[in-house]
Amino acid sequence: MNTTTIDIIWLSLGAFAILVGLTFFGEVLRARQDPNTQNPVLETFMTRVQSWWGMVILIGLAMLTGKIGVTVLFAFASFAALREFLTLTTKAQADHLSLALAFFVIMPLQYFFVAMEWSGLYAIFIPVYAFLLLPIVSALRGNANRFLIRVAETQWGLMITVYCVSHVPALMNLNIAGQGDRAILLVTFLVMVVQLGDLLEYFFGRRFGRTKIAAGLSPKTWEGVACGVISAMLIGGLLSWITPFGLWGAMAMAGIASLTGMFGNIVATAIKRDRGVKDWSHLIPGQGGFVDQLDSVIFAAPIFYHLTKFYGVA
Amino acid sequence: MNILRPLAARIVGQSIRLFARAITAVRADWQGIEPIPRQRVYYSNHTSNGDMPMIWSVLPPALRRDVRPVAAADYWLKNKLRAFVGPEVFNCVLIDRRPEVDDKPMDKILAALDEGSSLIIFPEGNRNMTDADLLPFKAGLYNMGLARPDVDLVPTWVANLNTIMPKGEIIPLPLICTVTFGASVHVQNGESKDDFLARAAKALSDLKPEVAS
Repeated sequence: MNTTTIDIIWLSLGAFAILVGLTFFGEVLRARQDPNTQNPVLETFMTRVQSWWGMVILIGLAMLTGKIGVTVLFAFASFAALREFLTLTTKAQADHLSLALAFFVIMPLQYFFVAMEWSGLYAIFIPVYAFLLLPIVSALRGNANRFLIRVAETQWGLMITVYCVSHVPALMNLNIAGQGDRAILLVTFLVMVVQLGDLLEYFFGRRFGRTKIAAGLSPKTWEGVACGVISAMLIGGLLSWITPFGLWGAMAMAGIASLTGMFGNIVATAIKRDRGVKDWSHLIPGQGGFVDQLDSVIFAAPIFYHLTKFYGVA
Repeated sequence: MNILRPLAARIVGQSIRLFARAITAVRADWQGIEPIPRQRVYYSNHTSNGDMPMIWSVLPPALRRDVRPVAAADYWLKNKLRAFVGPEVFNCVLIDRRPEVDDKPMDKILAALDEGSSLIIFPEGNRNMTDADLLPFKAGLYNMGLARPDVDLVPTWVANLNTIMPKGEIIPLPLICTVTFGASVHVQNGESKDDFLARAAKALSDLKPEVAS
C-alpha cells in the first residue's frame, strides 16, 4: 500500500466518524422530541445524512479502485443528471437524434477524453463541438418551432450535467510537481468541503438566518452562507495535508469552492422554479434527484479545476 | 421445450423490466389508489409502443402476475419474437383488428375478466400522434364498465413516452418516465356512453403531471 491509498483509507474512516456523529446527533434530537410529532427540519437533515452515507461509501470504494473507478462513478452520475435535466427541457421530435447523440455519444466521449487525459480536448469538446454539431442535427429535421429555445436548453443541460461534472474526475489529471498520484485526493477535498459546507450552511441558516439572498426563490440567507463558507474554510484547513496548496491556500480554495457551490444551488433552484417542479427527480430517496444532490459540486468543479491548474503553473 | 418456454418468458420479462428501469428510471405514482391486488382495468393514454411495457414494469409482482394487456394481434404476431413476447411474456389478450375477421373483441375481454385477470387497455384505439392530450375514447371502456360493474376502471397516465420513443424513431431516449395511477371510475346508473367516456377521459388527463415549459 502506498501513502495515497493509506490516506484514502484514513479519509474514509474520518468521513465515517463524522457521519456516525451526525447520525447520533440526529437520533438524539429525534428521541428527545414528542414521538407523535415530526420535525420536518430534523427529518430533512436525517435524509441528507443518509444519502451522505451512500455517497461516502460509493466515493470511497471508487477511490480505492483508482482513477478508472472515480471516472466511471462520475460518468454514471452525469448520465443520471443529464436524464433529469433533459426530462424538463423544451424539445420536439426533430431533436430526437441530437438528444440521442447527447446521451450516447457526447456524454461517453467526454468521460473517455477525461480518462485518456486529453485535457485540451475535454476542455472544448462540449462548448465547441457539441455546441455546433447538435443544432445542425436538429435543424436538418426542418422544424423551426421554438428552435433557439430547444437547442439552447439542450446545450445548457450538457454544460451543467456533463461538462461541469466531468471536471471532478478531471482533477485527477492535474499534474502538480512533487504530488505524484496524489491528485486523486483533490476529488475528496472538493467533494468534502463543498458538501460539508452545504450541510453546515443548512444547519446555521435555519438557526441564525435572517436576510434572504434571493427572496421568493431560495431559503438561503447571507448569515447561513457566511457560516457555511467559514466552516468549509476551516474544514479545508484541516484537510490541507491532502492538497498541494498549504494551509492558507487550502482554506482559500475551500472557501471559493463552497461559495461557488452555494450560488450554484440557487441557480439550480431557479431552473426548478421555472419548470414548476420541487425536485429534479425521485432517484435519491428523500432527497430528490442527482442534480439536487450535486448542484453545488457541479458549479464548484470547473472553477476549482482551473484554479488548481493555475496554482500548478504559478 | 415446454418447461423452458415459461422460464425464458420470465427471464425476458425481468430483462424488459430492468431495461425500462435503467433507461427511464420508470416509477409508479399511486395517487388515487393503492397497489393492492384487486381486479382492475388500467386504461391509459397511448403515444408509443413502449406504453404497455412501462405500465407492466411498474406494477408490483403480485399485480403483474394477474394483469393482461389487451393488444393488437397484427402487431404481436408479426414475427416469431413478437409472437413469443406478446402472448407469453406479457400474456396479452390479442385482438384481431382486420375488418374482414369478426373477432368479437369484447367477448375475449370479458372472458379474461371472468377468469379474474386485470387488464391494461388503451381506449383511444390508436397511438395519439396529435398535440391533444387524448384522442376520443372508443366505446370499449364503457361496455366493459357496464358489463362488469364490480371491476375498478383505473386511469393510468404514462408521462413522457412520446418523447422517449416517438413513432418512427429507433433509439429510445433515456428520459424519466412516470406512470400515475388515479382514483378508479365506474359507470353510474343511467349514465350515457358519451357522458361516461368524457368523464373517464377527464379523470385520465387530470393525472398529467404539470411541467411548465
